[in-house]
Amino acid sequence: MVEVINRHPNVAPGPDGHGSDGEPKSRRDFIHIAAVAMAGGGAVAVAWPFINQMNPAADTLALGSIEVDISKVVVGQQIVVKWRGRPVFVRNRTPAEIEAAAKVPLSELKDPQTDAQRTKPGHAEHLIVVGVCTHLGCVPNFGTGTYGGWLCPCHGSVYDTSGRIRQGPAPKNLEVPEYAFTGPSKVKIG
Amino acid sequence: MSGPSNYVPKTGFERWLDVRLPIIRMAYDTGIDFPTPKNLNYWWTFGGILAVCLVTQIITGVMLAMHYSPTADGAFNSVEHIMRDVNMGWMIRYMHANGASMFFLAVYIHMMRGLYFGSYKAPREVLWILGCVIYLLMMATAFMGYVLPWGQMSFYGAVVITNFFSAIPFVGEAIHTWLLGGFAVDNATLNRFFSLHYLLPFMIAGVVGLHIWALHVPGNNNPTGVPVKSKEDTVPFHPYYTVKDAFAIVVFFILFAWFVFFAPEAMSHADNQIKANPLQTPAHIVPEWYFLPFYAMLKSVPDKLGGVLVMFGSIALLFVVPWLDRSKVRSMRYRPTARYFFLFFVVGTLFLGWCGGKLPDEVVIPVGRDAVTGEATGLTVLWVSRILTIYYYAYFLVVLPLLGLMETPLQMPETISSPVLSGKHGAGLPAGAAAAPEHKG
Repeated sequence: MVEVINRHPNVAPGPDGHGSDGEPKSRRDFIHIAAVAMAGGGAVAVAWPFINQMNPAADTLALGSIEVDISKVVVGQQIVVKWRGRPVFVRNRTPAEIEAAAKVPLSELKDPQTDAQRTKPGHAEHLIVVGVCTHLGCVPNFGTGTYGGWLCPCHGSVYDTSGRIRQGPAPKNLEVPEYAFTGPSKVKIG
Repeated sequence: MSGPSNYVPKTGFERWLDVRLPIIRMAYDTGIDFPTPKNLNYWWTFGGILAVCLVTQIITGVMLAMHYSPTADGAFNSVEHIMRDVNMGWMIRYMHANGASMFFLAVYIHMMRGLYFGSYKAPREVLWILGCVIYLLMMATAFMGYVLPWGQMSFYGAVVITNFFSAIPFVGEAIHTWLLGGFAVDNATLNRFFSLHYLLPFMIAGVVGLHIWALHVPGNNNPTGVPVKSKEDTVPFHPYYTVKDAFAIVVFFILFAWFVFFAPEAMSHADNQIKANPLQTPAHIVPEWYFLPFYAMLKSVPDKLGGVLVMFGSIALLFVVPWLDRSKVRSMRYRPTARYFFLFFVVGTLFLGWCGGKLPDEVVIPVGRDAVTGEATGLTVLWVSRILTIYYYAYFLVVLPLLGLMETPLQMPETISSPVLSGKHGAGLPAGAAAAPEHKG
């Protein structure tokens, strides 16, 4: 004789003595699904603050903007200022450097941008870029490399006098931060 | 941990404990009575060496953490404080810093042992994959540990490696910022790296437990690759391999001690004695020696995402080695062609590491002279890296899958014991089936 085991004692046995096999979902199945769904939703709700705590804190985000006096940057030189933890190059370009940057055909560029798009109107001599190589984040060295702009010491990315990528593994031009001239020799970055 | 247990509790306390928590039984079955192939050579001692390395790193690390300050302002100075002021601090720090190198030296030998003797093949695939997980965790731990002294190399190592994640399309920048806790490597980054550097070794210890568990189910592979067939193929782990491992550990620690006391800075870089400066990258940045082959792969690809993929892919390949190798023969002792490909693989990877420490434009093999500048021209480090990176990939993706089908293996002994007891059991071998059993390891 076969002993009939009712695996779901809360559910009335079906005609064959089984509660659920091949039958519509029982109340117990519903409770299981609801409990797992609640636990899953709870886990996601708890995970979010745990993940989000690693994003930049309020004081890091508050390091918004800086004001830079550019009167002391002589022609042909650059200064490096720290903005949001990163170096920013403020370069006073020579007429030859501006001309070299302006005459490059866009078809030669990996990340096509004209020199005018990377400077402010009437301030072509001042190039302001974030001094972080777009490859893996090193700080490129001033005045080195084939194009007279910057050369990154880490993996050999070469930037021209407009801070555009010309050679090497970096995918993009040096980033131009948000900035505005607040006076003849004052720039607000950020 | 598996198989029948021969443990017999001797004292009343042992009998009392055994029915409540059979922990002595487990230790006895894994560390004393465990049947181990009797032909293991010294390449098999590196598992024990690695266990001691992990314990050394955890103990010295816990002690260093008592004196270290994980802040961007204080980290560099607190390491100087450890070196100059803390009692014996210099020794503990040198043990920890050189211990990382010794750990990687041992793990690379351990992995090469596995690759040569086919220790990853069925039924040891899970054992091998757990080993790969440990290796990944080791790399993460070592990287974050290297950032903590907050020197120039520490800082730019952190900059470059965290930037790998910015290569991911679309979400890369968000992930990068999330990892750093800011827009650049700074205090938040250092702080979380310290937290994780303290956590990961204990995760490694956990996976090591699984690794040993997975080892004790099928038991050890051995230099012949022939499975254990009878009790006479094995000896108990204690005292045979406890003593052999202990001897190897002592020899290994002589080398370790030589580095700690006589050449403690041999594997570090002078630029890391300069405090981190976010505005100036050192002229020539290189990672620690144990990452150099991967660094060479990264530099050999002229594309950001491509370089990162090639580099991570080279490690991902290790996970699927059990399914790439189609040969039915485990040990390369009996694979006359495979062993040469393997030799080139080891030499090539070492040479790739050498390339990783060089500038890409340096000429390795001069062919001629530049007509204008008079400088030597020829095969540069960049091209040597490319060739060796291709060989690295080809070894796993072409040689291992195809050679297993094409190669004629040498005659293998029927059992582990038969080559040793050739007088009594060697009769089972066909004539000419020497298989060079006298060449031990």
